Amino acid sequence: MKRLLALGAVVMMTAALAWAGLDDDDQPRAGGAPRPVIAEPIKGERCVEDEAYMRRNHMRLLDHHRDETVLKGIRTKKYSLKGCIDCHVSEKTGSVATAKDDFCVSCHSYAAVKIDCFDCHSTKPQGPMTTQASNAETAHDMHGMAEGNQ
Amino acid sequence: MSELKPMSDNAPDSPERRRFIGAATATAAGLTLVPGVMLIEVAHGRPEDQAASSAVRWGMLVDANQCATGCDDCVTACSTENGWTPVAESAHPTQAPQWIRKLELQDPLTQMETNLPMMCQHCADAPCVDVCPTGASFKRADGIVLVNRHTCIGCRYCMMACPYKARSLVHESLNDTQKPDVPRGIGCVESCTFCVQKIDRGDGTTACVEACTAAGHNALVFGDMNDPESEISKRLRELPTKQVRADLNLNLGVRYHGI
Repeated sequence: MKRLLALGAVVMMTAALAWAGLDDDDQPRAGGAPRPVIAEPIKGERCVEDEAYMRRNHMRLLDHHRDETVLKGIRTKKYSLKGCIDCHVSEKTGSVATAKDDFCVSCHSYAAVKIDCFDCHSTKPQGPMTTQASNAETAHDMHGMAEGNQ
Repeated sequence: MSELKPMSDNAPDSPERRRFIGAATATAAGLTLVPGVMLIEVAHGRPEDQAASSAVRWGMLVDANQCATGCDDCVTACSTENGWTPVAESAHPTQAPQWIRKLELQDPLTQMETNLPMMCQHCADAPCVDVCPTGASFKRADGIVLVNRHTCIGCRYCMMACPYKARSLVHESLNDTQKPDVPRGIGCVESCTFCVQKIDRGDGTTACVEACTAAGHNALVFGDMNDPESEISKRLRELPTKQVRADLNLNLGVRYHGI
């Protein structure tokens, strides 16, 4: 009887584990929140930092840069909000935070984190929207890459 | 012999003497290096990764004799550059932000008329900075008085402290009409920034000065008051100028001639 019970327990454990395993896949489940749409940037080869790092830490970089800029007048392009907007602006709306699929809003609404940036900052890039690498930092990176290829 | 004794202490191989020579050389190198760097700064603007320096003090000279009656090109240029709605076009003119305004004054006895623009005077000892409870109102190293909107709580104490009525509060949401270079927003106090975005870009001038020069009035001169060779310093040396409410001893960055 004891052996039968133990066997039964093992069978049930296996079944439970298998079911949990099924649940782990990335299939959208009924009732779950829709995953954010992350649009590709309109220009630039790569972000200023790793994608994973940026997802977790972009706000720290922006906060630090904003203090440097406002208080000291340091206006480097890397980590500047204007730099983010230049690359991540939506071609459809010309903004990063107007429609719900725009770059900043799509993740922030998924994570339910309110963005204050655009109460004061423009959500649009300066001048006409361009897919060319006009940003000095990007141009510099591309120049470096070209030299590396030679 | 007794006079020669100290000399032998300072023989070329003495460690004391070596230390002294080392220090003297370092000082000399510093002296020659620093003015060189300074000159480049003043001539070509500051590199974007370098902080604003107190070696520079931005200032403006207003020649009220040249300032034309009925002309408000400086005000229009400021509103265009910085993205604030001109008061006449505002839905609520009594509370509309105004970074610069044109004053037309008349002496009641002699009927003499005086024209002048009035804006933030960029005081060296600014009352708005003194009273700000959060430290949002601050003076940058190069003498420009600014509001850090990230810490401004909109209490408007600075507006009351300012003797020049230079500051405004943004009462209404701006609905993404801001210029990318000039963030401004509801609930924050703001005022003339000496077009800080243009200064940092290396333009070395402001929108109002450009407009006044373009209109041919040449009533405004902008520049570094710390550089004796700048146009503003030369003009300040030659012309009798006044600070508005000089009795307050605020050491203003805006000086007036002909008032």
